Amino acid sequence: MIDEVAPSDIDDIEIELLLEALYRRYHYDFRHYARASIKRRLIQARGRLGVASFSALQEQLLRDPAMLAKLLNYLTVQVSEMFRDPSYFRALRERVIPHLRTYPSLKVWVAGCSNGEEVYSLSILFREEGLDQRTLFYATDINPKALKAAEAGVYQLDQIRKFTENHQKSGARTSLSDYYVADYDRAIFDSSLRANVVFSDHSLATDSAFAEMHLISCRNVLIYFDRDLQERAVGLFEESLVRRGFLGLGHKESLRFSDHVAGFANFSREEKIYQRRER
Amino acid sequence: MSGMIVIGASAGGVQALLTLLPALPAQFPRPILIVLHVPPDRDHGLVTLFRARCAMHVCEAEDKQAPVPGTIYFAPANYHLLVESGGSMALSADDPVNHSRPSIDLLFETAADAMRSRLIAVLLTGANADGAMGLRAVARAGGTAIVEDPDTAQVRAMPAAGLALCPDAVRLVINTIAPYLLRLA
Ligand SMILES: C[S@@+](CC[C@H](N)C(=O)[O-])C[C@H]1O[C@@H](n2cnc3c(N)ncnc32)[C@H](O)[C@@H]1O
Repeated sequence: MIDEVAPSDIDDIEIELLLEALYRRYHYDFRHYARASIKRRLIQARGRLGVASFSALQEQLLRDPAMLAKLLNYLTVQVSEMFRDPSYFRALRERVIPHLRTYPSLKVWVAGCSNGEEVYSLSILFREEGLDQRTLFYATDINPKALKAAEAGVYQLDQIRKFTENHQKSGARTSLSDYYVADYDRAIFDSSLRANVVFSDHSLATDSAFAEMHLISCRNVLIYFDRDLQERAVGLFEESLVRRGFLGLGHKESLRFSDHVAGFANFSREEKIYQRRER
Repeated sequence: MSGMIVIGASAGGVQALLTLLPALPAQFPRPILIVLHVPPDRDHGLVTLFRARCAMHVCEAEDKQAPVPGTIYFAPANYHLLVESGGSMALSADDPVNHSRPSIDLLFETAADAMRSRLIAVLLTGANADGAMGLRAVARAGGTAIVEDPDTAQVRAMPAAGLALCPDAVRLVINTIAPYLLRLA
């Protein structure tokens, strides 16, 4: 006799197969993302895309690349803000920038840049601190739609109040309104802010390290990964940083349980800023 | 892990939890995960508040950590708390669900999926309907659903919404919930 299986268990099997198909067909690797959250978002996708099952979704995905773009918008989470968690940016400004000042040229990597809010924040902060001319920013993500939005630097005007408040709390030396023009319901950010920014498609799950970074900011990305994938990503960061280079994570992310913890010193426990050791 | 308890509360929740949690002993055999709606400040101060009053250990839920018996975990402000299939906790910064982050529904639904019949869910006082769908998911997965009696709850909307979607839930007055949990444990 064959055992009865709960519908939710069948979903789990189908999701595993779907993620495998996604990887084999398009090389997007979500197999090691935190599963509970992925499952919830795929259930949403199944409903809104009007497919009966994850198997049906898989069949469409394999044959129709347009389905990939749709699905990516469910599988990745694009929630962000400029100067999100202002105390983090204040710590960068007050404690990290003095170290960065000692280098003649700088490289900064924003991993998982979403629609660009974080990299524009850093670009403004570096300009305020007089380091913009010597800094090259790399802003990477896996979602092509997000990368495009990041390159455009246009945000809804109703978000600007929050962004402005955050910016002020980060110890701003200028006013955020110096950097954008309002156009109907949108705020268009000054293109000079991205003159030194390279936007590119890069996955922490499948791609390799960058070279000689002085600061890596990767916030609210690792929480979406399982422990194995977190280890991979942190390994990339360690490899990409110069000695004594800095790594900033989200407020609820940490290296405490990582195998790579020995490679880093706690620079700001509160703000989850780490410094790569000399070794 | 043998089982898990999840609790959701909103308006009036601090008071209700101050009745429930201090009544549980240090060796309570299951971990307790809690979503309490609070303003999205960086630190809601719940850990300090309850640590001083509870025999059980109280801390903030951390991403990818396995909850242990005898410990109470509060969802951090502004993050969802989820349970993974192996029973470990996960945080997410996804959009609010029905205006709430953390969302009680999300905690209950993922915990129900992970723990099935080994889950006990408790829905307390509150002024919205978060948790009602989650409670139904808990019952459907074979877990135990408990609702604070709306008639005596500080704010009745949330437990009433829970009972509406999950009529078979056990209905208890707040000061009888801890003894009930002790008998189940
Ligand atoms: C919640 S957003 C964080 C945005 C910003 N860093 C912040 O903290 O506000 C997460 C971002 O990580 C991106 N992401 C997901 N998986 C990734 C991967 N494997 N490699 C790089 N970026 C990834 C998503 O597309 C999304 O833009």
